[in-house]
Amino acid sequence: MRKSYFEASARERLLGILDADSFHEFLPPDARCTSPHLAALDQPLAFDDGVAVGSARLAGRPVLVAAQEGRFLGGAIGEVHGAKIAGLIARAHAAAHQEAGGYAAVILLLDSGGVRLHEANAGLLAVSEIIRALLAARVDGVRFLGLIGGSSGCFGGTGLIARCCDALVMSEEGRLAMSGPEVIETVRGVEEFDARDRALVWRVTGGKHRYLLGEVDAFVADDTAAFRAAAIGLLDHPAGLTLADVEREHARLQQRWQRFGDCDDGLQIWERLGVADATQVALLDTDAFRRLADAVRTAP
Amino acid sequence: MNLPVAGTPVPDPESLLQQLFAGQYTLTQRDPDFFCGSGQSAGQTVQFIGTAGATEVGVDLVLRMAAAILQTLRAHPGRTLLLLLDTQGQRLRRRDELLGLNAYMAHLAKCVEMARAQGHGVLSLVYGQAVSGGYLTSGMMADAAYALAQAEIKVMNLPAMARITRIALERLQSLAAQSPVFSPGADNYHAMGHLAQIWHDELAAHLAAAVLQVGAAQAQGDRRMLLGMERGGRQQAWNVAQAVATHD
Repeated sequence: MRKSYFEASARERLLGILDADSFHEFLPPDARCTSPHLAALDQPLAFDDGVAVGSARLAGRPVLVAAQEGRFLGGAIGEVHGAKIAGLIARAHAAAHQEAGGYAAVILLLDSGGVRLHEANAGLLAVSEIIRALLAARVDGVRFLGLIGGSSGCFGGTGLIARCCDALVMSEEGRLAMSGPEVIETVRGVEEFDARDRALVWRVTGGKHRYLLGEVDAFVADDTAAFRAAAIGLLDHPAGLTLADVEREHARLQQRWQRFGDCDDGLQIWERLGVADATQVALLDTDAFRRLADAVRTAP
Repeated sequence: MNLPVAGTPVPDPESLLQQLFAGQYTLTQRDPDFFCGSGQSAGQTVQFIGTAGATEVGVDLVLRMAAAILQTLRAHPGRTLLLLLDTQGQRLRRRDELLGLNAYMAHLAKCVEMARAQGHGVLSLVYGQAVSGGYLTSGMMADAAYALAQAEIKVMNLPAMARITRIALERLQSLAAQSPVFSPGADNYHAMGHLAQIWHDELAAHLAAAVLQVGAAQAQGDRRMLLGMERGGRQQAWNVAQAVATHD
């Protein structure tokens, strides 16, 4: 039976994605590693500060993993939450230099609105430290896979972290962007972005649009087993980050800007990509959508 | 510690460059929201890339910034990069989000990382505002980050934060006086370990010193968590990251 990834908690997702009984948590809840800043603002605490990190096995291979809990303060990144992820990346990077060969990948189960406002400066700093550490590790060949399909989406600093990964897995229900629609509506007005128009929000930030645009490597159903299979499939995805890679990405992003820079709805982009009836995209099931998308999109 | 100089106007790029390079600079591109060129400091040529007019950082601007970095890597191997920032943050438009603004901004971070990997020192200076996403993948990626005393660095101002978190503004304001953790200000970002130094005057001398030290800063790697602990502005991050990195 299908188990919804969207509905699951961070720890349920870990159970469904990793090999059975393989997750070994660093700073588990009984270590009481909580935010030092939330109490002063009368906010609830979480004993893992909203992220579980540890080592595990995936298809028998050693991996490091972080899972954000979207149901705790929207999965937002504060000082401790961010430092746990940064520490995990440092661990992966150090292992890559050892003879034993290190980990097959660092897997990030991203479910977060970005920086936690209650500790905004610390959160922003943490995101910058995560990105810097992640990219430096990639240069040395550490592989990062991001999974996006949680209830809090993947926005702000977390959206940046996602696009620094080697490869992304995303479901239709996932949302990936910089600013959330609510923020844009608040600042620029409902004419710019109606955050209550769910169909529009999905056409701009949702998994199908991001896959068609070439932002995502694997598109999966909202099913934890499908996320697991896709992550396993990406364990041998090319790793490393070179100047040639960055130059290639620059050309790709420039091309996208030239081709679609005047669009403001996913429907326009999909039509220009060659989708015959863009209005049908939302109705297609996972397999039918993948067949259609793979025929017209440029993979990352 | 010196407090920000309230009311001091943000210098325009020409006046800033004049002070930083004691007149020894050339602008190769000057748009209302973007400029780049090179200048002389500490006997070296420094390549500068800047945003201007407190501009919002959207897809178009990110591409120009990234192109300028990549052009430096091709044309001037090893030259120190200086990112000069005045930005109100990421562009808040549906069109930019549709194109994948986060991907463009992440790409900018990769360009900075490539500069580092190719042996370029990377410095940044906030001379106006630096807000959230507009700062994250540019100035915050530097080997050493600086700010002018009157610069404002923030995620969000307190009234907006009060609205979203539903915490009374008066409460946030009184807590801001005791903690650097959420309120705007260059001083807070120094206390938390991010800024290497806040510059008040004698900008040419400060820049020359920074240019001479950037190699050492790069060799040490990212020490901001440790500095935040030493300066008392960020007590937990270093210990937590160490615990995870070395956990059995």
